[in-house]
Amino acid sequence: MTRVWLSLLAIIASVAALAGAPVAQPKDVVIGVLYPMSGNAAQVGIDCVNAVKLAADIVNGNHDLNMPLGKGEGLPGLGGARIRVVVVDHQGKPDLGQAEAERLVTQEKVHALFGAYFSGVTQTIAQVAERNGIPHLNAESSSPALTERGLKWFFRTSPHDGHFSQAMFDFMRDLEKRRSVKIKSVAIMHEATQFGSDSAKVQEELAKKAGYEVVAKITYRDKATSLDAEVGKLKAANADVLLPSSYTNDAILFVRTAKNLDYSPRLLIAQNAGWTDPTFLKEMGKDAEGHITRAPFALDLAGKKPMINQVNELFKKAGGRDISDAPARAFTGFITLADAINRAKSTDPEAIRKALVATNIPGDQLIMPWTGVKFDEKGQNSGVRAILQQAQGGKYVTIYPFELAAADVVYPLPAWKDHK
Amino acid sequence: MGLVYALIAAGLSLIFGLMEIVNFAHGEFLMLAMFASFWAWALWRLDPLVSLPLTVLALAALGWVTYHGLVRFILGAPMLAQIFATFGLAVFLRSAAQALWGADFHLVKEPLVQGRLAVAGVFIGLPQLVASAGALLAFGLLYWFITRTETGLALQATAQDRQAASLMGIDTQQMFALGWALGGACVGVAGALLATFFYVFPDVGASFALLAYVAVALGGFGNVPATLAGGVVVGLVEILGGLLIDPSLKLVGVFALYLGVVLWRPQGLFGRF
Repeated sequence: MTRVWLSLLAIIASVAALAGAPVAQPKDVVIGVLYPMSGNAAQVGIDCVNAVKLAADIVNGNHDLNMPLGKGEGLPGLGGARIRVVVVDHQGKPDLGQAEAERLVTQEKVHALFGAYFSGVTQTIAQVAERNGIPHLNAESSSPALTERGLKWFFRTSPHDGHFSQAMFDFMRDLEKRRSVKIKSVAIMHEATQFGSDSAKVQEELAKKAGYEVVAKITYRDKATSLDAEVGKLKAANADVLLPSSYTNDAILFVRTAKNLDYSPRLLIAQNAGWTDPTFLKEMGKDAEGHITRAPFALDLAGKKPMINQVNELFKKAGGRDISDAPARAFTGFITLADAINRAKSTDPEAIRKALVATNIPGDQLIMPWTGVKFDEKGQNSGVRAILQQAQGGKYVTIYPFELAAADVVYPLPAWKDHK
Repeated sequence: MGLVYALIAAGLSLIFGLMEIVNFAHGEFLMLAMFASFWAWALWRLDPLVSLPLTVLALAALGWVTYHGLVRFILGAPMLAQIFATFGLAVFLRSAAQALWGADFHLVKEPLVQGRLAVAGVFIGLPQLVASAGALLAFGLLYWFITRTETGLALQATAQDRQAASLMGIDTQQMFALGWALGGACVGVAGALLATFFYVFPDVGASFALLAYVAVALGGFGNVPATLAGGVVVGLVEILGGLLIDPSLKLVGVFALYLGVVLWRPQGLFGRF
């Protein structure tokens, strides 16, 4: 049976490798883009690819946006060269991501790698980039470990779970003060790939530091067929706050199961991923009411940042739905990479790397609520800022930090029988 | 959940017992059944439980078409070719579903049955309970059909010895097609029951199919009642391991048991061959 499986895998890999035929033009800057376009996170991956294509289109075409390369055609630093993206599907599999990245570097001769949503896959791609000396920019993987390894060629524009989790605990502390409530215990539920495991590790440390008791730490395998046992354990632990780290499908199954088994914590603060996928809110409707998620991006900040609407309009034309968290980060990351290549005035990997190190994009040229993009010595953007959003009336509104808030926090989470 | 796994596995086991072909597209059949339930709900507001007969008919038809359109031609082919054919069908169905309906997750909102039941302090979700009861009922019907009706006995005869059966005047071609239709009907029921509480999307079949393979191997290939036992064992080990030891270890128990059975009793717990 093993041999059969191996040969099947080989066939799948070779079929996947056939996608994306090489047509190289000397003047183009080629960027290899890796996302999960089939499998469990296919919709998020497709959204991100749409965002990347939009970013490339803004760079290549003639637009009028107040962002790096938002005006004029092509890359002026390279005599108006255009950016060409080679998109591949890694299906959420770390080994496939690695093989595809290898192929992009050796066969497609890409000048930089970009992707890949899943932290676990990003890690294997980063290793390929490191070995080959090719810049790799990641815009949405949130495992803190990625930038802690001191990789020379890896850059991340997005906040990681350390930033996000810190914001969650700051929020709990501030909420306690503001509403004079007492939060004593937290429960952590996370999926077992790199994203969930690293997120849970950080949360556990922060909880201890903040003096909250961790009464349950539940690990489950992603793509679960049943979460009955997990929810049963959470119900028994009965913590004040639940901190889940789950991708979309598991998040949906969790909320369904929690509803059926009548499990409701007083506060639910999710580590993004599943909770910020637009599908989640669309499908869960009022069942997700009151859930809080961390988010690096919020459409309702458009009042303070009109550019969000301009980009969203363009995105909707291409993808048919509103830009959400992950694609907004992919968009920002890609613009950052294009900006660096433009300033490098060359496609030489070392020149691009140096330009990335020197990146300095001010906050007002971003669609994100950040203070800017500037990489520290580990390749992590130091201008990030995390915000928290809560599902209210069927959509996410920003509730924290309080000075950016569009609405007040609903606390505690209503019990299931009061969901109407 | 064990009973639902068992029902999915039953179709697999039936087809294997009949013609020694492992249907790698079984999970995709399940996915299609769930999509059928979802669309019945989305278009006509029919609850998956109400549209269940339609789903079953549709899947039985699909099984029949699969047999006549694909499997018939690979009956005498080497095992590798058979695997590739059904695996290819799986990839085709999955990609077709994504192309047609997108990669998004869908849910049947406001299902007829929701809520829970408290039995001695243990909460059981009502949809899961209904699914289990439905699976058990479907299983009973299947068992009755293959052991008590003439057609069912002919089916078993074909499974035991193809040539002898055809000498006795049994149309083996028709029996094979019937086997596939029955296999389809089983996942039809399972899909409709699952759709009441599980999300639907193109890749949904894979996780369930894996557990179904385990259930089949545990019980014994080709033996339908044994598959029921295998499925129940998988479900029980999963939930008990999760509750009593640690949720992260629940599948460790399932697959450890599987490995143990494969090593020490490769014919399955109740298998004959």
